[in-house]
Amino acid sequence: MNVVLDNLDLYIQGMRTTVVLTLASFGLALIIGTLVASARVSPIPPLRVAGTFFVETIRNTPLLVLIVLFFFGLTKVGIRYSPLVSAIIVLGIYTSTFVAETLRSGINAVATGQAEAARSLGLTFPQVMGIVVLPQAFRTVVPPLGSVFIALIKNSSLASVIAVKDLTFQADSLANATARPAAVFLGAAVGYLVLALPSGWLIGRIERRVAIKR
Amino acid sequence: MTTAPVLADALGPRGRRRVAVASVVTGAAIAGLVAVAVLRLADKGQLDRAQWEPLTRWSVVRFLLGGLGNTLKAAAAAMVVAMVVGALLALGRLARASPVRYLAGAWVEFFRATPLILLILFSALALPRYGLHLSVFWYLVLALVAYNGSILAEIFRSGILSLDRGQSEAAFALGLGYWQTMLAVVIPQAARRMVPAIVSQLVTLLKDTSLGYVITYEELLRRSRSTGEFFHDPLQAVAFVALMYVIVNFTLSRIASRLEVRQRRRYRAGALGVTGVEDLAVVDAHGDAATTAKPTARAPRRR
Repeated sequence: MNVVLDNLDLYIQGMRTTVVLTLASFGLALIIGTLVASARVSPIPPLRVAGTFFVETIRNTPLLVLIVLFFFGLTKVGIRYSPLVSAIIVLGIYTSTFVAETLRSGINAVATGQAEAARSLGLTFPQVMGIVVLPQAFRTVVPPLGSVFIALIKNSSLASVIAVKDLTFQADSLANATARPAAVFLGAAVGYLVLALPSGWLIGRIERRVAIKR
Repeated sequence: MTTAPVLADALGPRGRRRVAVASVVTGAAIAGLVAVAVLRLADKGQLDRAQWEPLTRWSVVRFLLGGLGNTLKAAAAAMVVAMVVGALLALGRLARASPVRYLAGAWVEFFRATPLILLILFSALALPRYGLHLSVFWYLVLALVAYNGSILAEIFRSGILSLDRGQSEAAFALGLGYWQTMLAVVIPQAARRMVPAIVSQLVTLLKDTSLGYVITYEELLRRSRSTGEFFHDPLQAVAFVALMYVIVNFTLSRIASRLEVRQRRRYRAGALGVTGVEDLAVVDAHGDAATTAKPTARAPRRR
């Protein structure tokens, strides 16, 4: 275990990058996911079709393929970002489809009377969504959104493939440098646990805080 | 499925007109975006014939199809082994002996919480040091089994727990033993409910085989990268392969949701809608928020 303790600063650096990567892409995923979920339930057919197409294509493509496509493919059309920014964009887009699907199930779980009441008060569709339905939908989907977030922490490890210096990348290079892969990777696994456990606890707290008493 | 019965009611003439206008406007906007993308691609010479020509050669397509074959092979092997491992772990977690329960629980929680890529690197870099020399194929399969076995274990466990208690109680009352109850009564019924969740997990697993790329397993993504490097058309090669993934996975996802709908119609109890942690194939059911919004795989906590 000495390998891990001696290189603790590398691990902490890696974890910091993982945290930045996860939070930034989750923020992006929440924004895109909310828009896509709204598009999928909107009364305008082209928006619904576009939303469905987006979700089905992105969700059925492996994340690593998307990362490679973005990083090595899109440079050819002049879309060039640093590895970190590329990873944030791709992770954000990929995760947004899961956010959108989760949110859509939350929207469907909001009682029909809520939207009906909002409409009869004369609210427009964006108002119905923004003021009445989405706030309630978000509250019901806190636990599954939490699972999406924790999955994202793990998925962020794929950024190491395009040389983002996250926890996995640091562990991989440390394993190669020290020739002690078992201890090094175990340390990294513990690192991910250290990130995931408090997140789970926090999600539980948020869940209790916003739970709708019925 | 794409309609929104909840949020918009039957429209009057004015509403219909407004939706029609909005449809035209958004349709035009989307077409505009696509046009910008296409123009950009053409501008950078990515739509040139020379860039796509390699993908029309049979030798190249055969090479990529071989990659798809390797992907499917790894996925199939991993799925079969992971099902066995998952079943054992699930039984372990439900066992009456508490050491078995804790051991299986710790195993499941650890592997479920570790990123798959770490498991793959561990299996390919650390195992040889302990004298376990395998091909990259088996390193990949081993890591996939370690990860997906835990997820399937949770699916199995929640499937078994979702069954009404009366079933096993009745079996015990009839004098069946633990294994007889499990094999003759509980598992046959639970298995049926779990099918959609298992198929969805298969989609996730299939996508995850692309991580074999990292340890140079010759699967679809690696082969597309080689093609892209050889012909200097990375964009086309990877996009082509992405399309292959989408076709295979979309078909599987469709099967999963079809099974789920059928299941729900047949048994009012409903199928498990969630596939573990990775893919939340959240089911849109109307009404009951408790069953739709919670990840079912985690729901049956001991109270």
